[in-house]
Amino acid sequence: MPSVSLQHISKNYGDVKAVENVSFDVEKGELFGLIGPDGAGKTSIFRILTTLLLADEGSATVEGCDVVKDYRAIRNQVGYMPGRFSLYQDLTVEENLNFFATIFGTTIQENYDLIKDIYEQIKPFSNRRAGKLSGGMKQKLALCCALIHKPTVLFLDEPTTGVDVVSRKEFWEMLAKLKKQNISILVSTPYMDEAKLCDRIALMQGGKIMSVDKPEAIVQSYPKPLFAVKAAGIYQLLQDLRTDEAVESCYAFGEYLHLTLKNDSTDEKQVLSLAAKYHHEGLEVKKTMATIEDSFIRLMREQQLESDIKKVKEAPNGR
Amino acid sequence: MADKAITCKELTKQFGDFKAVDKITFDVNQGEIFGFLGANGAGKTTVMRILCGLSYPTSGEATVAGFDVYKQQEQIKRNIGYMSQKFSLYDNLTILENIEFYGGVYGVSRPEIKTRSQELVSTLGLEKEAKKLVGELPLGWKQKLAFSVAIFHRPKIVFLDEPTGGVDPLTRRQFWDMIYQAAADGITVFVTTHYMDEAEYCNRITVMVDGRVEAMDTPAKLKERFNTHSMDDVFYQLARGAKRSGD
Repeated sequence: MPSVSLQHISKNYGDVKAVENVSFDVEKGELFGLIGPDGAGKTSIFRILTTLLLADEGSATVEGCDVVKDYRAIRNQVGYMPGRFSLYQDLTVEENLNFFATIFGTTIQENYDLIKDIYEQIKPFSNRRAGKLSGGMKQKLALCCALIHKPTVLFLDEPTTGVDVVSRKEFWEMLAKLKKQNISILVSTPYMDEAKLCDRIALMQGGKIMSVDKPEAIVQSYPKPLFAVKAAGIYQLLQDLRTDEAVESCYAFGEYLHLTLKNDSTDEKQVLSLAAKYHHEGLEVKKTMATIEDSFIRLMREQQLESDIKKVKEAPNGR
Repeated sequence: MADKAITCKELTKQFGDFKAVDKITFDVNQGEIFGFLGANGAGKTTVMRILCGLSYPTSGEATVAGFDVYKQQEQIKRNIGYMSQKFSLYDNLTILENIEFYGGVYGVSRPEIKTRSQELVSTLGLEKEAKKLVGELPLGWKQKLAFSVAIFHRPKIVFLDEPTGGVDPLTRRQFWDMIYQAAADGITVFVTTHYMDEAEYCNRITVMVDGRVEAMDTPAKLKERFNTHSMDDVFYQLARGAKRSGD
């Protein structure tokens, strides 16, 4: 039995289709990532699974319990860290933790093992009010509070948003440790580079899932040979290449541009001769592997194309 | 110093005995895209607030667009644009009303507002949405519009505080196209970001750690210095030793 299972879940807010026909499973002890920008529908899914929001269509279970019928059972055994800091700002660190432990009928001591590594880092501030903590410490406290009743499933909604590279790395190390305790984790993030730290991911955009798979499988299924190109004047190079007839797509990826050709040639010489006609200094071309972000952009464009085609088909004749 | 958009010399800001900003020195050239990076709590926001004329330094010197941060705060405000992920436009005003409002605040004349806002709306391809409330726009559009509004009065410098947070990868790239365009038009861009690939798009970057500027150079030179191929790694090596953490 999967820890989390969604079947054809949809949710509308007025005319806005926030979640559209979403289905996926999270297996026991799996670290599963929902990857997508703001407005992708990630938070609505979290709220449906934590029984805080009713779906319009479809069904979902958490640890075998139905999100509508068995909502009480679910609330007792899941941990939830919402995207917005939701602890009591005017309670101290220790008071918050105590509060959450009591609500779930347990004590800090009983499950201290589980939070020890994380809590030790904020323990020197245990008498400080939560509202006065720094961003990184708030995040650690929120995670402790979500874990204190030893949940079997953990829901983390954008825990690393707005957090710097160092703290993000630390946070993912904590998740890797929790996974070893056989806790199933559903985590969302807008940072594509975090996708590779998950066992499996769902790429989401505009309420829909574009792909569900292991991150390495997603990048391996990138359908085109991909080239990395750079030159001294990289922005001019980008403008030249993306209007070139032989080029299918060309996007900036840090130091390099990532480029696909309309044909399926795997020969970098072809790209080199094509780029050479724009006379750039320091031109360099090499083959490269797709990243999750490459795949995401490609799937997004396909999705847009499909919806454009649909619009044209649905448009009344004579337009 | 007339050719410098921003100059800072030993700039310091102290709250009680806490040195939020500790003797930082740097210059930003006219028309440059200057990336301002740092760990949470490093002091970036404090520096930005001083440079935007919203807070006084404790000691040191700084000028923005040639104006002094102690004595000429009002002139600074008139010559800069500002946009952040958190606050940008009014959700319950329409696109045109937002443009009119900001144009008015910055003293752009009425006829000028009218012509320029038509131009802006058509460049962004938002003709159909012009009379819709900004709150109804998708986030990506909102951010692109917010940037256009921030440079509507043709400021000398624009400050962008994490402008692409939470935005999809396609829009993020379109946003950088707009930044490049603004820089090509002579606007100096001062930008903070948590996306390390975006650090690569800057002409020069600084990394702040615990109130000090720990590194300042072109992305290529920084990578060379830290013997790595990724900016992520440069940042990690610099910020790993940070003692402070916070917002």
